[in-house]
Amino acid sequence: MRLAGALLILLGTMVCAHAETLITSLSNHRVLINSNYTGTQIAVFGAIERDAQTIARATGYDIVVTVRGPRQFLTVREKERLGPVWINQDQQKFPTAPSYLNVLSSQPIAEITSDQLRQRQKVGLSAIINAGDFTLVRDGADQPFRDALYRLKAEEGLYLEDGRGVTFLTPEIFRAAIALPATAPPGNYDVDVTLFADTVILARTQTHFELVKTGFEEQVGVIARDWSLAYGLATAALAIFFGWLASTIFRRD
Amino acid sequence: MPVSVLLILGMGAAVGFISGLFGIGGGFLMTPLLIFLGIPPAVAVATQSAQIVASSTTSVLGALRRNALDHKLGAILVAGGFVGSALGVWFFAAARRAGQLDLVIVVSYVTLFTIVGSLMLKESIREFWSRRKGAAVRPRRRAGEHAPYLGWPLRMRFYRSKLYVSVIPILGLSLFIGFAGALLGIGGGFIVVPALLYIFRVPTNVVVGTSQFQIVCTTLVALILHAVTNQAVDMVLAILLIVGGVFGAQFGARMGRHLRAELFRFLLAILLLAVGLRFGLELVMEPKEPFSITVQEVRT
Repeated sequence: MRLAGALLILLGTMVCAHAETLITSLSNHRVLINSNYTGTQIAVFGAIERDAQTIARATGYDIVVTVRGPRQFLTVREKERLGPVWINQDQQKFPTAPSYLNVLSSQPIAEITSDQLRQRQKVGLSAIINAGDFTLVRDGADQPFRDALYRLKAEEGLYLEDGRGVTFLTPEIFRAAIALPATAPPGNYDVDVTLFADTVILARTQTHFELVKTGFEEQVGVIARDWSLAYGLATAALAIFFGWLASTIFRRD
Repeated sequence: MPVSVLLILGMGAAVGFISGLFGIGGGFLMTPLLIFLGIPPAVAVATQSAQIVASSTTSVLGALRRNALDHKLGAILVAGGFVGSALGVWFFAAARRAGQLDLVIVVSYVTLFTIVGSLMLKESIREFWSRRKGAAVRPRRRAGEHAPYLGWPLRMRFYRSKLYVSVIPILGLSLFIGFAGALLGIGGGFIVVPALLYIFRVPTNVVVGTSQFQIVCTTLVALILHAVTNQAVDMVLAILLIVGGVFGAQFGARMGRHLRAELFRFLLAILLLAVGLRFGLELVMEPKEPFSITVQEVRT
């Protein structure tokens, strides 16, 4: 589906006579994060190329950069009162929620384009989270769960929006800094860059980077997941060793 | 998890001190503390079992040296404990899938601790009063006095413990302890010891060693099963807990020798009731954030 969409956009940009082309580049395609570290940054650079036929724009250009982390199957649960106690009751499943979502734009999204286009093209954080296919069940009761997902992810610093995150260095050259917190999960990240002028989309590019976690704790985590039996046995052996050590050191008889 | 290393070490030492003081594993205190600290209950329970393995290894080795262990009784307890542990870990995983693990853990803690805590409190107060009045403290063993279930079929002779009882209640007890231990991240010493002492009338000198033998075996199984089934064991956290606990326990044990038995039981009862109450509050208080996110699966 996404491929078809991309093709359509590509077709659209080809048919248009006033073709601006978007060239983007990442400062890095492989980002290393140490799990004890505070996080890191990656820069997106871009240029808008105009050719001879490109018509003059009355308004300036706007750029929206959308960064999506590896997809996760998430369940959001709500605690409700049942008699005297609070227990998890209702739940909503989000089958392909990005683990990290960052929308950076050259001015606040609401000022760049219309509501309708934002909803249709999923531009901006709220449009992505409120998109119809974001959750499995849509019965009208899903809104509080979408809001909660956003709130909880935002608290973790994993869902962000910055209406001034893209800076134009010249009218045709821009840059944006993507902040990656230490909690950002490892995996493939998609970076979508969309060019707007006068509320319409002119061009779109997609590029990727890979986030790799390094450091002792991360390696332990990988072993715990992929070699769970060995990991369990090793922890057990360590525990027995420490127990034996204590009994020899503090021997009382 | 952004939790301070020093805090964990300090907590490990403090709980180790208390566990040494009372001669118990300390899992029943450490797991709740970890949960109150914000560590996910699943990780707290699974990781704490590593600390229990370490501390009970120390006691079992000590008991072996003093020859204070009934191997046969221990083996029967372990057999029941294994089944209980496996059931506990399975139940743990099922509850986690259903999104109700936190609830199961909290409710179990409240129930178990309130019941055991009140029983102990009652017992210690009664003992305290009878000593005051100068009455004789309950005789250890009256001839011909047995609870009826001890005479069920499959009777077995345990020479070390001077017992001739049915193995069914023993298996039942160890099954329950294994189940509760795997589910709650406790060794269960504070239940096994009184049960062996008062229900089965196992002599005092072998009780602790034998129960610790059972605990080390069943918790070992629980630990490995937790690592494989739930992947909730955190090795780094486990080491911190063990190191803190080992040293704390030694100082606690030294202090504990000056503590009187009924005062000790009274304090332990209060401690249990306090932990149970704290968990109960967790359950009835309106949560600050009613929503929570669980990652079912990562798609790469």
